[in-house]
Amino acid sequence: MLNYELVVIGGGPAGLAAAIEARKNGVQNILVLERDLELGGILQQCIHNGFGLHIFKEELTGPEYAQRFINELLEMDIEYKTDTMVLDISEIKTITAVNKQDGLIQISANAIILAMGCRERTRGAIRIPGTRPAGVFTAGTAQRFINIEGYMVGRRIVILGSGDIGLIMARRLTLEGAKVLAVAELMPYSSGLTRNIVQCLHDYDIPLLLSHTVTDIRGKDRVTGVTISKVDQNLKPIPGSEKEYQCDTLLLSVGLIPENELSLQANIKLDPRTGGPIVNESMETSVEGIFACGNVVHVHDLVDYVTEEAQKAGAGAADYIFEEITEKIPAVPIVPQEGVNYIIPQNIRIDNLNGFLDLMLRVTSVYRNAKICVRADEKTIKEVKRPHLSPGEMERVRLNSNIMKTIRPKTISLYIDGEKTQYAI
Amino acid sequence: MEKKRNMQSKELICTACPIGCRLTVFQDEKSENWFRVEGNSCKRGINYAIAEMTDPRRILTSTVKVTNSHYKRLPVRTREAIPKHLIFSCMNEINRIEVITPVRMGDILIDNIASSGIPLIASRNLE
Amino acid sequence: MFDILIIGAGICGTSIARELTRFKLKIALVDKENDVSNGTTKANSAIIHAGYDPKPGTLMAELNSRGNPMFDTLCSRLQVPFKRIGSLVLAFNDTDLKTLGKLYKQGIQNRISKMEIIDRDQLRNLEPEINPAAIGALYAQTAGIVGPWELAIALAENAIDNGAELYLNSPVVSINKVDKVFTVTTDSAQFRSKVVINCAGVQADKINNLIAPPEFKIMPRRGEYYVLDKTAGKMVRHVVFQPPGDLGKGVLVTPTVHGNVLIGPNSERVSRDDAIETTAQGLEYIQKTAQQSFTNIPLHQTINIFAGLRAEPDTGDFIIAESPTVKGFINIAGIKSPGLSAAPAIAEKVVGIVDSILPALKPNQDFIETRREIIHFAELSDKAKARLIKKDPRYARIICRCENITEGEIVDAIHRNAGATTVDSVKRRVRPGTGRCQGGFCMPRVIEILAREQNQEMDNILKDGLNSPVLTGMTKSEEIRESEPAFTAPQLKEVEC
Repeated sequence: MLNYELVVIGGGPAGLAAAIEARKNGVQNILVLERDLELGGILQQCIHNGFGLHIFKEELTGPEYAQRFINELLEMDIEYKTDTMVLDISEIKTITAVNKQDGLIQISANAIILAMGCRERTRGAIRIPGTRPAGVFTAGTAQRFINIEGYMVGRRIVILGSGDIGLIMARRLTLEGAKVLAVAELMPYSSGLTRNIVQCLHDYDIPLLLSHTVTDIRGKDRVTGVTISKVDQNLKPIPGSEKEYQCDTLLLSVGLIPENELSLQANIKLDPRTGGPIVNESMETSVEGIFACGNVVHVHDLVDYVTEEAQKAGAGAADYIFEEITEKIPAVPIVPQEGVNYIIPQNIRIDNLNGFLDLMLRVTSVYRNAKICVRADEKTIKEVKRPHLSPGEMERVRLNSNIMKTIRPKTISLYIDGEKTQYAI
Repeated sequence: MEKKRNMQSKELICTACPIGCRLTVFQDEKSENWFRVEGNSCKRGINYAIAEMTDPRRILTSTVKVTNSHYKRLPVRTREAIPKHLIFSCMNEINRIEVITPVRMGDILIDNIASSGIPLIASRNLE
Repeated sequence: MFDILIIGAGICGTSIARELTRFKLKIALVDKENDVSNGTTKANSAIIHAGYDPKPGTLMAELNSRGNPMFDTLCSRLQVPFKRIGSLVLAFNDTDLKTLGKLYKQGIQNRISKMEIIDRDQLRNLEPEINPAAIGALYAQTAGIVGPWELAIALAENAIDNGAELYLNSPVVSINKVDKVFTVTTDSAQFRSKVVINCAGVQADKINNLIAPPEFKIMPRRGEYYVLDKTAGKMVRHVVFQPPGDLGKGVLVTPTVHGNVLIGPNSERVSRDDAIETTAQGLEYIQKTAQQSFTNIPLHQTINIFAGLRAEPDTGDFIIAESPTVKGFINIAGIKSPGLSAAPAIAEKVVGIVDSILPALKPNQDFIETRREIIHFAELSDKAKARLIKKDPRYARIICRCENITEGEIVDAIHRNAGATTVDSVKRRVRPGTGRCQGGFCMPRVIEILAREQNQEMDNILKDGLNSPVLTGMTKSEEIRESEPAFTAPQLKEVEC
């Protein structure tokens, strides 16, 4: 049995930043476990620019953003193992992992940080009828094939889903010589960044079909075409609106799901709204000493925020290891109300707060001229104006710890006050 | 009453922030930049629109062939934004080169891609 | 010259091939697809029926009741997943209860043991999440679930281990018979054989008609299914049927041998014999109907949907006989449900038919009942895992992170007899890509391993069928360039203002 003060599961942006922050906070004996052949996680295949504007005030590509953290990790001499799969973690913080060099390894840890990231929703999850030919890819898989493996996935492409990965792939495929016929989006708005809609679609004259979805896939061996239909207000396809597209490839960019199979093995409680662990102010899960950060907790749209969240988890784990946080005290729930889909963290232990606490949230629909309001018990204590809110964009609200410590509310809730709008680009 | 007149204009969506204002840019010889912008909710919208009208630029990212590595492709980028109309000329140059590892992030792979004056650089280390 | 040529490597063809290798016979198994089990066998309910359902006196009744008890030994010898979990036919009203009574009686006539009609409380005990409106059920303890393609693959592998020859990618285009010898021509080869056995599933009538006058017609019926993630796996413990209607046994909800939940099928007459697409209407019907069995089906946990065709004969019963007009030509046709349950018994019956055609069959002394051990890494103890990795470090590399499938298992599946050559054929054997990510993470790695082990380029690797490349070439290869949008300075257009 190996022993570490801290084991970080996942060497993507979350795991890297968490390990580095834990070291900065004095944790010496750290091990990072990564299942891929190298550190960096999904960033290594996100070769486009647009990362790091928030943290580094410059525009980096995914590999560049990752490399900065990898370099820092190497300089700090933090131990890591790649091509290593964690098979099991337990509530008592033992980890079973496997790789070619070490074989089957058992590790005991004082604290664990979960940073396994997320996976893509698949065709099955959205139940598109039709045949099951080659040529149906999730956008991330296609991105890996093209950017890392160096293989094209098709020549005439339809993309379902206008999240950022779908938009980025529309441009990427076009640059590599494929023809992207259309990007269809079920919702009346795109969940992607405006910038991506302009620079990935408009720049290349790729049509964005809002309120449309793929209703049939054809082709016995390889995709020969798909049907795209308009959907009504209930997101149901409208009969008679079908349009056929001849293509050899369908890319799906239809959502990401936090990957929490290991969390469940350790009996960690998940939030059904996020699909990730319920966490407190220190990013600690329902199991003492097991922390979580990044897309395993909730799906982020900016890696910068993943990094910040991971730093919080790294610092939290350090505090836990050095017994600087108070464990067994009641937590105050933070409850999403009108217009709010979820909030991270889901609860806070007020005595452990220091300085500011950032709440991350997503709204349920598109708003204009709205306010994000914070209520402590019955009283609204804070209102933050936002000219624009969208489910596709994560929002942050900052709470002052001193105020929390003065009020000592029993519950905190967040709601949106503003006009809902049908937003379309 | 002002006489209706024909005027040249273009619709843009501002990408300076997530709001995505719908801008209309009018050619207007009287204004100092030759363009008049409507629909913006802040100053950045005007700058964005004028840049898009006069010299639209984009950072181009792609991959190049690589030999001597476990990987078959190396991610690359233009160090700065290049004129938008050069994107496909740049891609043609990018598709032709082949890089031998090891490569360090930031290494210049093409000095002056598509005569833009801007270099193409590696965006990661590859052994 | 072969003694036996079997057309179709589905569950019947492979069962028969393996059974006949018990004798000193030269056997060829040909299939038009690039893998065994690639027709109806890979897309059905995967149920081993108890046998109360077929009309007494039919071949279906006889062979189902005989086939069912054979599965324990067969599956354990061939290392095929099989679980005898029992089935329940629900009743919601008095009419249904009468139907259950009829089924029970039919079961007695078919000599099915361990059946009982249970009341609401007993039912709730067996299936806690069942629709409370169900007032009783026919409980048949001998029903089971199996991995149908795993079984066909195992049978094919064992048949080859015992001397049979497998010819894939071999669609039969003509059959002739001269002087008691058949010549079977595929699109690439000619086979000569003394006996031809037609196991061509939904195309059995077409194969028959190549050599014999039309005697029967296959009218394919499509069934569509949902597969739910393992996290939904605890909702159901038995094979749960609804009261039978005119269209077969209705929509069922069942666990699978791997812990997923399977829901379906509908039953729709289709005109094409390759109509295996799912439809919005079909899926909606199944959803609505299945909710009568379980009101809270977590369909949002669907990981896959698929459809398969059943080879419905116009005769109403299995056709298992030598052609009355062409001696030596044996039809195994119309093998609809309970064909999978009956398959081992069908194979035994065919041995009898062959025995009556060919001169005295001699036993094959070298026949081996079992397959070389198959390793399921995820199911081993930690000690066994460590030991295995020391012997072969490829078992330390997890390729499929949903199901914890290792590189070692995938390589083994490729190199076995009747081995995997495509992404889906790897999936059918060792299951990478059957989990919740549906291959999103592991497919690039599986393709890489397939390419490496078969000395191929990655872009030659197929998903499943013969014309199903996953990748379309490497990036940076000039020839794929098409219609580049020409960038120009922004165009101003005339507007009125």
